[in-house]
Amino acid sequence: MITAAFEYARPGSVDEAQSLLTKYGDDAKVIAGGQSLIPLMRLRLSQPTALVDIQGIHGLKEVRRDNGSVEIGALVRHVDIQRNATLREALPILVEMANDVGDNQVRNLGTIGGVIAHGDAAGDYNALALMLDAEIVTNKRRHKASDFFRDIFTTALEHDEVVTAVRFPVSTGRFAYTKFRRRLYDWAIAGVAVQETGSSWRVGYVNLARTPRRGASVERALAGGASAADAAAESGSDIDPTGDVRATAEYKRHLAQVLTARTLEKATMAA
Amino acid sequence: MAVTSMIGARIQRREDPKLITGHGNFIDDVNLVNMAHMSVVRSPHAHARIRSIDTSAALAAKGVVAVLIAADFKAVIGGPLPVTNSFVPDKKQVPEQFPIAATEAAYAGEPVAVVIAEDRYLADDAAQLVVVDYEPLPAVMDLEKAMEPGSPLVKSDRPDNIGWDAAFPAGDIDAAFAEADVVLKQRIGQQRLFPTAMETRGCVADYIPYDNRCTLWTSTQVPHFIRLFVGGALGVPESQFRVVSHDVGGGFGAKLRPYPEEYLATAASKITERPVKWIEDRTESLQATTQGRGQIFDVEVAAKRDGTLLGLKFTQLLDIGAYHGVFSAFQVVACLLGGGCYDFKAIHARSIGVFTNRMSTDPYRGAGRPEATHLIERIVDIVAREIGMDPAEVRRKNFITTFPHTNNFGLVYDSGEYERSMDRAMANIDYPALRKRQEELRAKGRYTGIGFSTYVEICGVGPSSATAPAAGIALVESSMVRVHPSGSVTVSVGTHAHGQGHETTFAQIVADTLGVPYDSVEIRHGDTGDTPFGYGTYGSRSLAVGGMAIMASCHKVVDKAKKLAAHAFEASEEDIVVDQGRYFVRGNPGEAKVLAELAFASYGAGLPEGMEHGLEAVSYFDPPNFVWPFGCHICAVEVDPETGAVSIDRYVAVDDCGNVINPMVVDGQLHGGIAQGISQALFEEVQYDDETGQMLTGTMLDYLIPTMAEMPHFELDRTVTPSPTNELGVKGVGEAGTIASSIAVINAITDALAPFGIKHVEMPARPDRLWSMIKEARA
Repeated sequence: MITAAFEYARPGSVDEAQSLLTKYGDDAKVIAGGQSLIPLMRLRLSQPTALVDIQGIHGLKEVRRDNGSVEIGALVRHVDIQRNATLREALPILVEMANDVGDNQVRNLGTIGGVIAHGDAAGDYNALALMLDAEIVTNKRRHKASDFFRDIFTTALEHDEVVTAVRFPVSTGRFAYTKFRRRLYDWAIAGVAVQETGSSWRVGYVNLARTPRRGASVERALAGGASAADAAAESGSDIDPTGDVRATAEYKRHLAQVLTARTLEKATMAA
Repeated sequence: MAVTSMIGARIQRREDPKLITGHGNFIDDVNLVNMAHMSVVRSPHAHARIRSIDTSAALAAKGVVAVLIAADFKAVIGGPLPVTNSFVPDKKQVPEQFPIAATEAAYAGEPVAVVIAEDRYLADDAAQLVVVDYEPLPAVMDLEKAMEPGSPLVKSDRPDNIGWDAAFPAGDIDAAFAEADVVLKQRIGQQRLFPTAMETRGCVADYIPYDNRCTLWTSTQVPHFIRLFVGGALGVPESQFRVVSHDVGGGFGAKLRPYPEEYLATAASKITERPVKWIEDRTESLQATTQGRGQIFDVEVAAKRDGTLLGLKFTQLLDIGAYHGVFSAFQVVACLLGGGCYDFKAIHARSIGVFTNRMSTDPYRGAGRPEATHLIERIVDIVAREIGMDPAEVRRKNFITTFPHTNNFGLVYDSGEYERSMDRAMANIDYPALRKRQEELRAKGRYTGIGFSTYVEICGVGPSSATAPAAGIALVESSMVRVHPSGSVTVSVGTHAHGQGHETTFAQIVADTLGVPYDSVEIRHGDTGDTPFGYGTYGSRSLAVGGMAIMASCHKVVDKAKKLAAHAFEASEEDIVVDQGRYFVRGNPGEAKVLAELAFASYGAGLPEGMEHGLEAVSYFDPPNFVWPFGCHICAVEVDPETGAVSIDRYVAVDDCGNVINPMVVDGQLHGGIAQGISQALFEEVQYDDETGQMLTGTMLDYLIPTMAEMPHFELDRTVTPSPTNELGVKGVGEAGTIASSIAVINAITDALAPFGIKHVEMPARPDRLWSMIKEARA
């Protein structure tokens, strides 16, 4: 439970971070809150030769709303999301997700940029980014969320690329998020997010495939006037879960369907 | 007894201010000058031959002091780890376990080399450089397959994989079954559990070569026991081997034995002539600390249609692991308690201990009694369902009602009032209303259930007449009470607390018995250098055995104080009255001396003719019998049939542990105990890959320890039925909650799923498994 040796650098700017990443090479890692990376390093499942700690970089902690979008700096922490008045108005589903991330210690340290860059299918925000067509802003480009999550823990980020912000469309319609887990502080065994945008519904799936997934088939069924239960029956084609120590794949598929129906009902009843 | 009594007072634990402000002294707080650090290289394979070990790269690494393998230790460690008889003196085989594997590793996590370095970081880095050439061998994981002739062997030098096969027949079982209207069978599992103390194991060994002297700081429940065995193996006499255990962050039974690393660190200190520290990290803890349970019971019960229980037959298959735990056969006690608190005509039990390529099992909170309670309470519910009788009424019909009661196996239950405790629990939860609501909800498609657990357990381990044949040692307990000249009192004990609150409760007993202020009493434990020999703390024994040893010393002190008072007052000893610590001549209470005055006099001049100086006593207590706590827990749950998720709506417990010294401490024990049992019922399960023997739940992400958020509110209540076997009238409560609770939850879940025709649910009742069962039942 002790990490292997590594170099450590704390750049003051994104440019400096990029040049450090170039200097240290492929085995360097960006670290922010460390809530995913440090446990992996302690188990020596990840042995980066250098950590580039971006927590000292100014300007990555802002939340700005403009022209129908809300841009959230990469270093905004879960706890900041929970307490942010702008987000409560412009993207309340994100606040609801943040309330249910880990425990206080995790929420006090973990950042939204870290969740996105880690690319974990179990990262609640990743499914939301995908279903709402968010943009991932980096030092080099803007990624569409739909092109960003490539495979298990694999994103479109290049080695010297640093996530600086995530840009969501303002979403003030009805919503609900259901996170099914056995303990309050756990990741989702399965998570389902639904958000009303204009006259249509968006659906996202957490931890039900190698990557976050969008519930495209369910969305189509809903657009076609299907009931929550009938639309939920389509969830199977949107996900691809595997069995693990927590649950079988079959159960997760079933759970996705049950939770989709329940989450849609919860969202529509909440109006 | 004093008028103002500390015994029975709900006072806060004196240990806690220190612990909750970060001033505890745990094993990693021990730091010595020139101390080196040990990292253990462990087999990644469940079973493998060790072809060779190349330590050269590790030896050349920065900061490395030594890299040691079995051959190095053979010269220093004189023997294998101990194995006690426990409940099976006649084992089929007791393979020797040396603290480190030489040619064959038999579980994933078995030590194969150690690295000693200047700090733990360097030690862990160098450990990665030790190159071990393994030849993987088949892993034996399945208990039943392991028993088959021709099965691959857990270790290649053994004749087979059977550790013991012991029969426990009591009564005419055929006659009992011949009378039966119904005979029912059920297989009941007990999954393996991690004991998961908040503080992992660890030790600091400081061997002084000049005079063959050693101090071993270690996180343990049994300092004297560790000294006996580790000192013995290292060739250091007990007089020169000191074991110190300060604060211990939880043990739960997994710290009541000497472990390989304690031998290895001590030997490494001897070899390197440096103090050596080893702290078990959590990953190691999950691999290399003994685990609990790991059993399968095949049970058959005979009963009449009127609810009368007649006979019980069962076989316990126990997963020993790769090597016998020091107390591996202790869990066999489940065989002797399988009848629970019911009157059976006959019980035939059999225990088969089976080796597998896993870490050893050993006692874990309850150790055999949770298993016994789980099996009998499950069986009673199965009978109730079959004959269409309320589960409470089947229990009522079969309760043992007269005490002392000799059970089928000759064990004598000291006292009990089982029906009273069940009635009280039923009243507290309002059982009739709960059943009515269950019916109403079922009509609406909601599935609630009510589960009973009426338990009796054996604790206060134990009388020498019973423990000497079983364990080879008499599990008596000791105390030394010393009244200092100014009247403060030091009490040194052979038990050793790891969360039980002994420093508080023992001081309450001493304050009352000696009639001195509570604050003037200090309880010392955990250091073999200043405590009399004792067997430590486990088996809910410390109060009923250790507390009585303290009482015995206090009585000796009071007796001497009376002599001192008689001398001071120039009266005869018979005329001295002792009242709340005041000593006076009968009829003259106005002129009295307190213990402090008599203590001062005892160290001064002018003592009575022939009296020695000082005011102190040493006592050993050998209890005449075990003690038998009991109670009734009732759990109410709701199961979501779509997801299989279980929510606990109510949890009511009525426990009886005899007289209570400190109700707050007892409630605390029950909270923790019940939580651990609920945790087994719903969450915890050590999972291994059946083919490779690799652990699948190797981190705390995958092994689910619940938090406060997953626990219901515990509605505690008590009855008090004093034990007639000791002067305090106490029993024990450290394990009661765990012993009672898992089956209350499981019976409630099974009851909830009754409309689906589901008759039995295994632990942990994971949502995915419950959903599968419901789905199958619906199909």
